Amino acid sequence: MNNLIKGTKFEWETIIGLEIHAQVKSNSKLFSSSSTKFGSKPNSQVSLFDAAMPGMLPVINEFCIKQAIKTGIGLKAKINHYSVFDRKNYFYADLPQGYQISQYKHPIVGEGVVTIDFSNGESKDIRIVRLHLEQDAGKSLHDQNPAKTYVDLNRSGVALMEIVSEPDLRSAEEAALYITKLRSILMYLDVCDGNMQEGSLRADVNISVRKPGENYGTRCEIKNLNSIKFIKQAIEFEAKRQIGILEEEGEIEQNTLLFDSLIGKTRPMRNKEEAHDYRYFPDPDLLPLEIEDNLIQSLVKEIPELPDERKKRYINDFHLSNYDSSVLTSEKQTSDYFDKVLEVHNDLKGSAKLVANWITSELFAILKKHSLDILQSPISPEHLGSLIKLISSDKISGKIAKEVFEEMFQSKESPEKIVKEKDLIQVTDTKEIEVIIEKILNDNQDKVKDFKEGKTKLLGFFVGQAMKESKGKANPKKLNQILLNKLK
Amino acid sequence: MEFSSITETLKTIRSKKISVEELSKIFIKRIKDNKNLNAFIYFNEENIIEKSREIDKLNNNLFLKGIPLAIKDLFCTKNMPTTAGSKILSNFHPTYESFVTQKLLNQGSVFVGKANCDEFAMGSSTTTSFFGNTINPASPQGKQLVPGGSSGGSAAAVAAKLCLGATGTDTGGSIRQPASFCGVVGMKPTYGLCSRWGIVAFASSLDQAGIFANSIEDASILMKEIAGYDSNDSTSAKTIIPDYYKNLNRDVRGKIIGVPKEYTLPGISDEINTVWEDAIKLFEKGGAKIKKISLPHTKYALPTYYIIAPAEASSNLARYDGVKYGFRSNEKNSLDEMYELTRSEGFGKEVKRRILIGTYVLSAGYYDAYYLKAQKVRKLIADDFTIAFKDCDFILTPTTPSQAFQIGEKEEDPIKMYLNDIFTVPASLAGIPGISVPFGKSKEQLPLGIQLLSKHFDEQTILNAGFYLEKNNE
Repeated sequence: MNNLIKGTKFEWETIIGLEIHAQVKSNSKLFSSSSTKFGSKPNSQVSLFDAAMPGMLPVINEFCIKQAIKTGIGLKAKINHYSVFDRKNYFYADLPQGYQISQYKHPIVGEGVVTIDFSNGESKDIRIVRLHLEQDAGKSLHDQNPAKTYVDLNRSGVALMEIVSEPDLRSAEEAALYITKLRSILMYLDVCDGNMQEGSLRADVNISVRKPGENYGTRCEIKNLNSIKFIKQAIEFEAKRQIGILEEEGEIEQNTLLFDSLIGKTRPMRNKEEAHDYRYFPDPDLLPLEIEDNLIQSLVKEIPELPDERKKRYINDFHLSNYDSSVLTSEKQTSDYFDKVLEVHNDLKGSAKLVANWITSELFAILKKHSLDILQSPISPEHLGSLIKLISSDKISGKIAKEVFEEMFQSKESPEKIVKEKDLIQVTDTKEIEVIIEKILNDNQDKVKDFKEGKTKLLGFFVGQAMKESKGKANPKKLNQILLNKLK
Repeated sequence: MEFSSITETLKTIRSKKISVEELSKIFIKRIKDNKNLNAFIYFNEENIIEKSREIDKLNNNLFLKGIPLAIKDLFCTKNMPTTAGSKILSNFHPTYESFVTQKLLNQGSVFVGKANCDEFAMGSSTTTSFFGNTINPASPQGKQLVPGGSSGGSAAAVAAKLCLGATGTDTGGSIRQPASFCGVVGMKPTYGLCSRWGIVAFASSLDQAGIFANSIEDASILMKEIAGYDSNDSTSAKTIIPDYYKNLNRDVRGKIIGVPKEYTLPGISDEINTVWEDAIKLFEKGGAKIKKISLPHTKYALPTYYIIAPAEASSNLARYDGVKYGFRSNEKNSLDEMYELTRSEGFGKEVKRRILIGTYVLSAGYYDAYYLKAQKVRKLIADDFTIAFKDCDFILTPTTPSQAFQIGEKEEDPIKMYLNDIFTVPASLAGIPGISVPFGKSKEQLPLGIQLLSKHFDEQTILNAGFYLEKNNE
């Protein structure tokens, strides 16, 4: 795939690496038992430890460790049997201890891989450098009072996983695919809720440009992006900015940037004099983390089927296309819905493509129109399967099916019940259809004459009339067949 | 009655010859009569009486019923402010009780006050406290000697019998050195034996709670009560706590005593070496065998300590920023300015010196040369002890290189001040238990102490040896 960007003078390649901060799905914080619930009253979820009261000590939350290990397994990564929590020292009002407990030299998870899928069916492996656990900071609220800043420590100490990729990404599009895929894996694993709006998933983007074949250029880091749209915009802007400088024979200054989504531009976050020396050192309040093989093995057993495996299964077992499989598996909920349809209706396995189409077109459309997600769908997988069976067994026509579908969405009733109550069963009985056709032909003898004289376009008219007469219930295939016979 | 020992006082209380309230009143009077010592940062008569009345109603079998104790002001206490001897925490009232002090409260003891200490336990003289100097009760007429530090208030209070025992913390000698200067028993147990939860942190990998008492028997009783596993401290040890008091045994026959050759240092006063030799001879007389041992990395202990402890302190003290609690400077126009002024005004000179040292040794480019190297040397020092204890049951050394010095004497020379810890720091780095037992007197008739060191979690051995030393110290 050619990702080169044309400047005014040269072609340029964008080199991107992502650091994703994913909030660990856990009821309590990384080193305290306070709740992690989002959106609570400020400072209502703060333990003595979270507020850095004198003499308070961290106690590691085992569940968070397990979540990190599961993530490592899901990223096909090396789980390190020995890891260390370090202190990253800096002053900020929402960092109560004056340091963040993180992992520096010895992270819990080592090298792994995430495979991204392109719409043309091709794939690419993005290498993961490491995953480490760390505490989130609190929040400084600058908009509560014109003269004051308030601090909310509810988020202080919540567990984050920082997942660092190699600079393997080459375009904004690839970066978007990568974060989408990573998010999908995290949600399949149930280790992160993936809610970007609430900040459960945030990205720092490292970006540089070079002429193809040359060494990496100087990179800049864009901090704290919380939507895929902004990530793409920020990368596109920043790549162009760097190319502009380089084509004017300028030099890129290594810098930390912020993306202003209102104007779509990046700008420097701090200047060099403020550059931090974090003075990392092992946290003496915590012992090194030693993970035994037994624990890893027991967690391997808890790993659910992940998107890549599911995709393979859809292609192999249901003969779905690469594209359809990717669309279905990208969101676990969608894929679970699809699986449920086929689980309840075993006999639909041969019609998996039809099921996939109904989900990705009709169901997605109606859910989107009503701003619902698939878990909130009034149409259950069981009912959707029943509907599809009514279609594939010729009980109702495709056109009727869409009406029934609408009705199912409104009433949550089963399609069988709707079809029965509204008397929508397709007429497949030859005699019944013959009666209707006889009537239409009788009523329109002049047109029959015209037809026989060569005005074959009138066939559509007869079909329409007969369909109308049957209230849309006549099997179109049969109707056509019988009509043609009668008109001979 | 004299009321100078825990064992005797417990008997008197249990036999109802005196109520806890009456007992407390005796100690309140002693404290008031000795205000000049400035042993306490916080002392509240009414609270003590009120608490004593409550305890009078409690079960008679509580292990420390009515025993008056001083609490070093580094332990967070719910009903008394906690300052760590610093201006920056001068208005701090914890809403929680430290693990160790809670255990003492659970056994019915009465806290008579918060004992003075060097600011954030950084010092060997209790002269860095924001709340003034504590005077060594052993000071001769016309002189004001330091009680040692950092737990100087605790040591002085026990020596002057203002209480029957006290808690302290020892990071590099902060219990053993003041115990020696004041002439009381001071014990720092194995790192991890007592929970650090609720103790204001100085250097987390070295800080350990311990006790002061007027006798080995009393020390054994208190030691058992403060020890024990705490799931809220990840470095706390899951180990069974023996009944040190019941197990006391002063028979030293056949014991092998290690005497490290590296502790014979130039510049150490003759009287210290004489007392050391006297102690050795006394143990030999009791049937113990003396073995010359080597702890080859001893000379690196002090520099190693003065890298590791400040490094951890520089990070531990970052939380005192004026944002959440404690002192905040009034002059402030920006967040950075608030930090600067709050910390400049809130911390004393010695604390600032150590924060600067600690920040320096952890900085990019210096970390490997200082902190990392110090950690490696620390391991070597710990290994020295492990090897030595293959050949001996415990190690015997002087506690301090000199008798108590005068207030102000070493103020301008921090290196001289740091040398006070030369005999105590190696055990801190190794995490092994140590005890200072009063033994002998200087020419000026000031107290001196002998330090006994043993293997991890082998507190009993040095309590026993101390018991022997104490009984024969006439």
